[in-house]
Amino acid sequence: MAKKKDFHPVAATANDLRSGAVVFREPDGRWGTEARRAEIAETPEDAERLLARAKADHDSCIVVEPVLIEMAEGRPVALRERIRDTGPTAGIGRTA
Amino acid sequence: MYRYDEFDHAFVRERVAEFRDQVARRLSGEMTEDQFKPLRLMNGVYLQLHAYMLRIAIPYGTLSSKQLRRLAHIGRVYDKGSGHFTTRQNLQFNWIKLADVPQILEELAEVEMHAIQTSGNCIRNVTADHFAGAAADEVADPRVYAEILRQWSSLHPEFSFLPRKFKLAVTAAPHDRAAVQVHDIGLHMKVDDKGERGFAVWVGGGQGRTPMVAKKVRDFLPEADLLSYCEAILRIYNLEGRRDNKYKARIKILVHETGEAEITRAIEAEFAELQGKALTVPAPEIERIARYFALPDLETLRARSEVYETAKRDPAFALFARRNVHAHKVPGYGIVTISLKPTGAPPGDATSEQMEAIADIAERYSSDELRVSHEQNLVLPHVKLDDIPVVFAQLQKIGLGDANAGFITDIIACPGLDFCALANARSIPVAQRLSERFEDIARQAEIGDLKIKISGCINACGHHHVGHIGILGVDRKGEEFYQITLGGSGDETCSIGEIVGPGFSSDGIVDAVETVVDTYLKLRISADEPFLAAYRRVGQAPFKEALYAR
Ligand code: SF4
Repeated sequence: MAKKKDFHPVAATANDLRSGAVVFREPDGRWGTEARRAEIAETPEDAERLLARAKADHDSCIVVEPVLIEMAEGRPVALRERIRDTGPTAGIGRTA
Repeated sequence: MYRYDEFDHAFVRERVAEFRDQVARRLSGEMTEDQFKPLRLMNGVYLQLHAYMLRIAIPYGTLSSKQLRRLAHIGRVYDKGSGHFTTRQNLQFNWIKLADVPQILEELAEVEMHAIQTSGNCIRNVTADHFAGAAADEVADPRVYAEILRQWSSLHPEFSFLPRKFKLAVTAAPHDRAAVQVHDIGLHMKVDDKGERGFAVWVGGGQGRTPMVAKKVRDFLPEADLLSYCEAILRIYNLEGRRDNKYKARIKILVHETGEAEITRAIEAEFAELQGKALTVPAPEIERIARYFALPDLETLRARSEVYETAKRDPAFALFARRNVHAHKVPGYGIVTISLKPTGAPPGDATSEQMEAIADIAERYSSDELRVSHEQNLVLPHVKLDDIPVVFAQLQKIGLGDANAGFITDIIACPGLDFCALANARSIPVAQRLSERFEDIARQAEIGDLKIKISGCINACGHHHVGHIGILGVDRKGEEFYQITLGGSGDETCSIGEIVGPGFSSDGIVDAVETVVDTYLKLRISADEPFLAAYRRVGQAPFKEALYAR
């Protein structure tokens, strides 16, 4: 886990086991499809607890491959995670 | 056309039932992800960024109308109404639910399709020239040999756990459309002075992190020895290939580290043990399999079609005829490429409606046959020249009448960061922007043959190393950057593109490609000198200067 001084707020994300959909862990423990509703861990300790809970959900066959991702202003920071959150940027072509 | 035999049929059914059970056990929690992952991969199911992805094998790119209709149906019911044709002549669905996969596999099995051997360290789906069985310039139908290899390699007990995945490609025309020299084994068929068929055998080609052109280990291998020789190569690889480092595990590294002379000696020695024994392919067996791939009943026609020639008065059709129609081995017929690269569209995507319309066209005008090309296009292999104007009109109606085959907008692009869990940068949006920038078909025609290939990471699924202009997406501190390589080629003059200099930002990459193109237009000797020839003549310097000396 990152040291306190270079820690950034994080959320837990994974894919739903059954559908594969991108999901984020919400404060009530449910997994939803919108990053902006995700529970944000503001400290390394909270982050560790969040990840532990996400892993427990993995073990209970609710989600797969849970990880923590950095968040800022209700959005994932990394482009990859933003694309996971909002969907592919490449739509089907205009002629189709 | 080939139909898989009873053994395949029973086997695929068993596999579907087995996987149905495995999925149920996974969903109920009886199986962990660690236990399940290798099983799902064996059945072509990956977990990508947004959902599960199902990769369906299309052996040597051959499809019937019925199969394409089934793919369209699966796209509509289980995906978001489209499918994505890949550079391995396969089809991927990007939005699949795990719970639906057994049913999808069942529906595929009904039309003799499956997703086996599309993943894992085994011998993968064998690819072949996409004009196979129709091309005027082929000496035989390469799919016959691809099928012999498929039967031999399918679930070969010795080769199910190779050091890494293993890819074979077969072509049988002097012009290599199957990029055999960038495969683990590439087989290039020819006929010797005695009229015997055989193969030039290339070993150790590949792209990815360490791109290499294969070494020719045999100039002429009689066709009967095909399996003995491939088995010899696989045995050496299975024994000597590195298993300690994933990045050094492909046969290309073994060939490189061992040296061409020594590896050839080792293969030949192993082959000497195997030759003339059980793996020899007898001529009657080759003939038997060739019958599966027999040409459909085509009519006896005159080579020249007045209807076709007259239609060329329309410049749009004339261009389509020039770019998207290739010479057929039977007079009065042509091979039609359906470009899945309309302006601004993701390369290789087709909607379910388009697939259905194409299936109808193939049924009516192409003896029910289709091919998928590694360039992410579809092919109607047997169309009467008389019918091509009608086919063109029907393709235009579904937005797929672009006469851009082999032009700068006929771009290969991997799924990249929009879909792929391994990606560093996006590929498809770059392809879309390039396609829009070069939309003007007159400009495309002026530029002529030019292949752009784009990969979203070093795995090179978008074949950027063999693009005349290759684009590789990289991640630089969280930003997408694109590295340009020039002078790559996947044909019989195979070469790996050279990195031209520092990468370009996402905003800069389209302008950079345009600069390369403009530089080429200025320096070419004439309009008859294609980009690749010009690059090989002048080298990197003028391009580098145009790109960086600002
Ligand atoms: S090249 Fe990389 S980004 Fe593109 S499909 Fe392959 S693994 Fe994914």
